[in-house]
Amino acid sequence: MIPGTFDYYRPQTVDDAVGLLSKLGEEASVLAGGHSLIPLMKTRFASPHHLVDLSGIGDLKGISVEGDDIVIGAMTTQFELIASEELERHIPIIAETSRLIADPQIRYKGTFGGNVANGDPGNDMPAVMMCLGASYSVSGPDGNRDIAARDFYQGAYFTALEHGEILTAVRIPIPAPGHGSAYEKLKRKVGDYATAAAAVVITMAGGTCTSASIGLTNVSETPLWASDAAALLVGSSLDKASVDAAVAAAEAITNPASDMRGPAEYRTKMAGIMVRRALERAKSRAKG
Amino acid sequence: MNDQTKIDQDRAERTEKLQGMGCKRKRVEDIRFTQGKGSYVDDLKLPGMLFGDFVRSPHAHARIKSIDTSRAKALPGVIAVLTAADLKPLGLHYMPTLAGDVQAVLAEEKVLFQNQEVAFVIAEDRYIASDATELVDVEYEALPCIVDPFKSMLPDAPILREDIQDKMTGAHGPRKHPNHIFEWMIGDKEATDAVFANADVTIKEMLVDHRTHPSPLETCQSVASFDKVKGELTLWGTFQAPHVIRTVVSLISGLPEHKIHVIAPDIGGGFGNKVGAYAGYVCSVVGSIVLGVPVKWVEDRMENLSTTSFARDYHMTTELAATKEGKIQAMRVHVLADHGAFDACADPSKWPAGFMNICTGSYDIPVAHLAVDGVYTNKASGGVAYRCSFRVTEAVFAIERAVEVLAQKLGMDAAELRIKNFIKAEQFPYQSALGWEYDSGDYHTAMKKAMDTIGYKELREEQAKKREAFKRGETRELMGIGISFFTEIVGAGPAKNCDILGIAMFDSAEIRIHPTGSVIARMGTKSQGQGHETTYAQIIATEIGIPADDIMIEEGNTDTAPYGLGTYGSRSTPVAGAATAVAARKIKAKAQMIAAHMLEVHEGDLEWDVDRFRVKGLPEKFKTMKEIAWAAYNSPPPNMEPGLEAVNYYEPPNMTYPFGAYFCVMDIDVDTGVAKTRRFYALDDCGTRINPMIIEGQVHGGLTEAFACAMGQEIRYDEQGNVMGASFMDFFLPTAVETPNWETDHTVTPSPHHPIGAKGVGESPHVGGVPCFSNAVNDAYAFLGAGHIQMPHDAWRLWKVGEKLGLHASA
Repeated sequence: MIPGTFDYYRPQTVDDAVGLLSKLGEEASVLAGGHSLIPLMKTRFASPHHLVDLSGIGDLKGISVEGDDIVIGAMTTQFELIASEELERHIPIIAETSRLIADPQIRYKGTFGGNVANGDPGNDMPAVMMCLGASYSVSGPDGNRDIAARDFYQGAYFTALEHGEILTAVRIPIPAPGHGSAYEKLKRKVGDYATAAAAVVITMAGGTCTSASIGLTNVSETPLWASDAAALLVGSSLDKASVDAAVAAAEAITNPASDMRGPAEYRTKMAGIMVRRALERAKSRAKG
Repeated sequence: MNDQTKIDQDRAERTEKLQGMGCKRKRVEDIRFTQGKGSYVDDLKLPGMLFGDFVRSPHAHARIKSIDTSRAKALPGVIAVLTAADLKPLGLHYMPTLAGDVQAVLAEEKVLFQNQEVAFVIAEDRYIASDATELVDVEYEALPCIVDPFKSMLPDAPILREDIQDKMTGAHGPRKHPNHIFEWMIGDKEATDAVFANADVTIKEMLVDHRTHPSPLETCQSVASFDKVKGELTLWGTFQAPHVIRTVVSLISGLPEHKIHVIAPDIGGGFGNKVGAYAGYVCSVVGSIVLGVPVKWVEDRMENLSTTSFARDYHMTTELAATKEGKIQAMRVHVLADHGAFDACADPSKWPAGFMNICTGSYDIPVAHLAVDGVYTNKASGGVAYRCSFRVTEAVFAIERAVEVLAQKLGMDAAELRIKNFIKAEQFPYQSALGWEYDSGDYHTAMKKAMDTIGYKELREEQAKKREAFKRGETRELMGIGISFFTEIVGAGPAKNCDILGIAMFDSAEIRIHPTGSVIARMGTKSQGQGHETTYAQIIATEIGIPADDIMIEEGNTDTAPYGLGTYGSRSTPVAGAATAVAARKIKAKAQMIAAHMLEVHEGDLEWDVDRFRVKGLPEKFKTMKEIAWAAYNSPPPNMEPGLEAVNYYEPPNMTYPFGAYFCVMDIDVDTGVAKTRRFYALDDCGTRINPMIIEGQVHGGLTEAFACAMGQEIRYDEQGNVMGASFMDFFLPTAVETPNWETDHTVTPSPHHPIGAKGVGESPHVGGVPCFSNAVNDAYAFLGAGHIQMPHDAWRLWKVGEKLGLHASA
């Protein structure tokens, strides 16, 4: 529980941070809220020689509506997501998910950007971002680029982020008014990563599902976007047969590890149960 | 207002002012604890202090081919690296355990469990020490390991303890196999077998009380400071039994005991984890003696969970024989006890399986037999009493699960079966079939009060309806009602059967009344959060009539406190609490003589009145304890030595036997296996109640740990002996969110042999709670034909039960 030696930097601008990362090379890590990285350092699973702390960069904070999108700065904390009226009004699933991340003390420090960018399959926001079709704004030595959340996750702790790049903001298209959403998370205790969790966003019209999107947390090496499962729901009334089919399709794409949360077969089944329960709640919240 | 009313009112006011026994006095230690002003071992900073850290084995079983410390020693800031080769010439590479075995301080030829201590790095700061552990190069040759205790004694099992492989007689008799530690038996085997052979009904179940860990929030730690000039060692540490540690340090170091000063400062929870001696303590001592400067060792969380003493790992084949009407006639138990790599159980020396023979429980069982086989495996050593008296949680789990299994087989209500078999109030003192004399109890009254309060009949009716609804597919929830009626055995103990390393398990109190009437009192016990500073003062306040706020309680410094055996096994109140009362009474007796002299009457003419002696029939003629204290130092009676103090070493005539009736109502989501505790009711009878608020707090804490153990907490190993989940990410420590609401209640059946009738309570809720939760889970699935469901009852395991029963098809 004692980390190795490292140097600490606290740049004031994104450009400075990007410059530092280029200069320091592969042995540098970006520090946001620290709630994933610092435990890894304490157990010496990670031993970065340099830490580039982004907390001094004011531009990375904040939540704003830009046209049909909401843009969230990478250093916005989980607590700030919960407190945002804009988010509550337009995309309530984000605050709902935030409340299920860790505990209040950690949510004051833990950041949205850190949660989506570090590639831990246990993090909750990535599946929600895939479900919502978000895109990630990234700055690097070669300039800025956007990466779709659904293309971002490549393996446990492996993402499309190149070394030297920093996630600066997340752009989320605002779902249709009247949409219904829910995040269902099964965990052993407060603060735990999910045994399995599911994010669901649907729209209904005249009792028929007109669009559906499903994300799954911690049941594979990466968060999952269950597009086939969701497709089975569109055009249905979310009747039992359609839901059963969608649940089976969602379970089929999982590939969880067996760990202290339970064996793989259990976690797969729990992914299905979470999808089922999230769908029920999303349906009850959808207007139309 | 008439005179008598006035007198009563005056007396009541004076009594209240004392804050003595029976009042909900606020915990005095909380003033510092709630402000973060406690002073723990790791708070200690001494000039020139160095820091130690261990190199630990990645293997569960391996031969050490070589250890190269040169790279570590070359790191700037590293002062020394100790290995077994350094300790061996001092005879310190092994240390004695409390169970009569030896335990490696630093591994010499082999490592026997993952994370075993191999080398000790001493450096200028904690970070350098930790960095240097990665630079010690150890070459291992991996060996086949034993994780399953049932494989320990197979003929072709690898021999684990080569250091004792030729020693076929251990501390507790002959060993049947090189991996066998002891066989311990008690009871009448022949008579028991005969009853089983002819019984109407018998049940037999393998009940596993799985391996877990006491996990106090503060880990184990020590600071050793050796003064080379004076030849004196001061050792601060997380010690539940500081005097025993002093004796052990003296025995193994050769330093005379009076030159060893052991100090246990504030301790952040122990629960049995801090009774034994650990490699870290020894290495900090050796480091300081060698280097002549203080050396600190602080365990991290993973080290605590994976190396210092675990609890349980009892595999109990439990049998009951009964008549078809449900009268239990006999009990037969065989235990396979997994002690890990060394037998480091912290039991009284003659009791290798602790007080497991309390397993006949609260029932009048005429005949019984218990056999326990202890074995070595490639796991961390220990087997301590985790918030319970020695192996009492295991014993109570065995009997309280077994009676439920029997009730199910008989088709009887589990509460009714218990009531039918309870020891009756008039049978006390009761001689149990396995050798104990229960001091007092009134089980029927406690059970009735509990059943009435919880609404037992109505709950069973609700459950019956829920079960029908479940069968009809109207709900996916199962309702379970858990019962446990436990009898504990605490307060070790009488010298005739309890000692540690040959030292009888008395305890002690020394009370000094100062001239102005304030008090300092010291005990041989050591609080780890139990609130001794509050409760001992209440005993003294009531006994000698000085307000508790004027009494300071001090423990943990072996230079000033009288010798005692420490705090574990709920022994502080039964033993040191008794010593406190007896010492106080000695003071009171002397005070009476002084008062008689002051009032110029005969001693026999005086009577005690709350805080004073008064002349019988002349209530206006009195001397308060405060006045007497002044006189004791300034004008004692002729021929009486001045001063007012007393010491008592109390050897209890018997154990005490607290008991209780617990009920749990649980709702289980069959589809996820998530169990929710709807209600938990705990009725405790701990005899005389010293501080009802502290008792309630103790019950809350013990129940929370019971909830943890039953519902998910475990130390698990994979087949290679890798310890799984040794961090708070996976090791289930419930937060306020998961913890159920506790309803507490009590009856009072004083102990007849204890000076104030108190029995101890800290561990009852844990002992009673574990089987209560497990019974609730088992009861929920029982009507579906689940059979016995092993703990821990975490969600995935319960889901598997549902899966096996085919309950998920309709989900």
